[in-house]
Amino acid sequence: MKRLIFILSLVLAVPAYAVQPDEMLSDPALEARAREVSKDLRCLVCRNESIDDSNAELARDLRILVRERITAGDSNPEVKQYLVDRYGEYVLLKPLTGGVNWLLWGAGPLMLLIALVIGIGYLRKRQSGTETPVVALSEEEQTRLKEIMGE
Amino acid sequence: MITELGHFALILAFLVACVQAVVPLIGAQKRWPGWMAVAEPAANLQFLLTAFSFAALTYAFVTSDFSLRLVVLNSHSLKPMLYKVSGVWGNHEGSMLLWVLILSLFGAMAAWFGGNLPPTLKARVLAVQSAISVAFFGFILFTSNPFLRLAVPPFDGQDLNPLLQDPGLAFHPPFLYLGYVGLSMAFSFAVAALIEGRVDAAWGRWVRPWTLAAWVFLTIGIGLGSWWAYYELGWGGFWFWDPVENASFMPWLLAAALLHSAIVVEKRESLKSWTILLAIMAFGFSLIGTFIVRSGVITSVHAFANDPERGVFILAILAVFMGGALTLYAARAGIMEAKGIFGLVSRESGLVVNNILLAVSAFVVFIGTIWPLIAEIAFERKLSVGAPFFNMAFTPFMLVLGIILPVGAMLPWKRASLRRTIKPLIPVLVLALALGGLAWAVQSGRSLLGPVGVFLGAWLVFGAAVDLWGRTGRKDRLARLMRLPRADWGKAVAHAGLGITMLGIAGLMAWEEEDIRVVQLGEPWNVAGFTLELTEVNRVQGPNYFSTMGTMELSKDGQPISTLHPEKRQYPVARMPTTEAAIDNGFLRDVYTVIGDPQDGGGWAVRVYYKPLANWIWGGSILMAIGGALSLSDRRYRVAAGARRRQAMQGVPAE
Repeated sequence: MKRLIFILSLVLAVPAYAVQPDEMLSDPALEARAREVSKDLRCLVCRNESIDDSNAELARDLRILVRERITAGDSNPEVKQYLVDRYGEYVLLKPLTGGVNWLLWGAGPLMLLIALVIGIGYLRKRQSGTETPVVALSEEEQTRLKEIMGE
Repeated sequence: MITELGHFALILAFLVACVQAVVPLIGAQKRWPGWMAVAEPAANLQFLLTAFSFAALTYAFVTSDFSLRLVVLNSHSLKPMLYKVSGVWGNHEGSMLLWVLILSLFGAMAAWFGGNLPPTLKARVLAVQSAISVAFFGFILFTSNPFLRLAVPPFDGQDLNPLLQDPGLAFHPPFLYLGYVGLSMAFSFAVAALIEGRVDAAWGRWVRPWTLAAWVFLTIGIGLGSWWAYYELGWGGFWFWDPVENASFMPWLLAAALLHSAIVVEKRESLKSWTILLAIMAFGFSLIGTFIVRSGVITSVHAFANDPERGVFILAILAVFMGGALTLYAARAGIMEAKGIFGLVSRESGLVVNNILLAVSAFVVFIGTIWPLIAEIAFERKLSVGAPFFNMAFTPFMLVLGIILPVGAMLPWKRASLRRTIKPLIPVLVLALALGGLAWAVQSGRSLLGPVGVFLGAWLVFGAAVDLWGRTGRKDRLARLMRLPRADWGKAVAHAGLGITMLGIAGLMAWEEEDIRVVQLGEPWNVAGFTLELTEVNRVQGPNYFSTMGTMELSKDGQPISTLHPEKRQYPVARMPTTEAAIDNGFLRDVYTVIGDPQDGGGWAVRVYYKPLANWIWGGSILMAIGGALSLSDRRYRVAAGARRRQAMQGVPAE
């Protein structure tokens, strides 16, 4: 159930399973680069899948496009830029760091910093604090205690 | 008729839940024993009615009653019995019914096993739990009723999605829901304690088993889902950082944090305020997960329009429960003063660091999951956040967690000497570094991921062993080892399991090899030192599918290892194909084969993967779950009633 929607997107895609032998470049070095680039590119009609993993027709077209650009002599960043120019930054699975995205990339370290400051503050306080006295029982509990004690 | 009775029982359960949510709460406030006592029978009744309703729906699926809309959409008369049953929860409406069934089961269990709870706390816990039930009964009855009939029933159903017709996935949702919903108990205890105005060691002891159980179920559920993805989706991926996966992972991380911080509350009466907040947040993330899965809002903002009613309803539930609980928390947090005093180097501090790492890493997953939504709504940037982001932003936290874990686990309470704690761990550290270095030397010139994984795995596994061994004292060590409390064993097993999972993930990601090619029948080829040969391809007919089944001979150095049968299935009713990978499972590696389409020039597209340490990922998950279960069966939970009596005699407020 967890993946139902994810699966449904696979349903809509159908046959052709991920990278096909006929798409692959004969030069293993170039092919390896193509695979690496493909892993960072989103299959636009899928749910959070890279074009390298996806079975969709569109993913196949994009894989072939990536290989065309690589064969044409583009560097990896240039290939990605080529796709971003056409499909927008939505196509990148690894978001850019620029603009407001610093919030996304910085959120983890920032939160860690805050947590550490609070945590250390707390630990210091526990180090020097005094043992607080035990809270006395309420009247009701006193009666109950007496009952239990058999009085 | 049974369907109508089931529907009716569901409505009755809704009404009972309404009563249970209100009456005991007033009773506890006014100290009216009669009103408080309503909670227990109401919880039982609510569970029985929901169980009947669920049974009625199951009956409809098992007998293929195609007058029921849900059965038509998700079942077929030819479907194997297992999947007729699992079809009950393989859809939105039925899975929500399973959700409330588990919710009311947990409520009833709190009533059965809560004999040693103070009456007011018990009444409040059951009332809060029931309030959650009310919300979800309402959700089902008003937006997702599973008992709707069709005026003109068809001859047969539309079948369950074939990808879901799999044993791994049949049991994946129930475990996941047991986990999600189990966290509702921690939430109910937290809110009840806030209303009550008292959080003490006893509270920590009560809330911990529920959290532990929820965490164990989540571990199993997530493990099953990931295992299923590995063998079913056809390329051996085990984790995709998909929003829906993240939805289950965030509660898992927070539950892990919570079950550790509850130890501090139980043993040292500190970290109370944080533990309460964590209990609220953990269930909050379960609800957020439900929202993400049911509304489809994260996948695409536009999907929201498809089913606004359901999404808005869950959002309202989320707002009411989180808003209410957090307001209550803000008002009452002040009264929860910490008691224990401890040094900067102590078990307490170690657990604080554990909580910081787990909570912040959950926060990172959360930000990554909802960022596309925020960016689009607030900044008009349409972007994606995928696996590369999570791998970079999340992994460092797990790395640090793994490095400090064995030390933190061995630190004594209150005040510790770092040097004395580390001393017995030095041989382990040397061994782990040596193994990591060995891996690095052998692989020559690849990424550091694999060696780091080997180091972490060895460090955690042997560290856990040293911890356990260190508890045996000086004489009769073996005999004492067997007599150690199960909680100690549970801790060691779970920590070792984490190490094994980390090693499995790192090893698989670093050393995987892949081969995609067109092969002709009878022409062998080599992958990662193995030889494969496709000997034949046959058409086979299954109970409700047709299959193209390849036969592959796997061998190494001329020695045959096994015969594999990768399949490509076509389900005619659902009109969809699936791949059934054939995997040769080994202790240290899997060989994973998939058959593709026939090629125009003859031959078949075939992909073969060499997947080192793949099984260790799930082996480690199983160990973590076993560790949790061991800890759950510890004596101190079984004899909690006796412990309470002792506490009462010492004059510590246990009630």
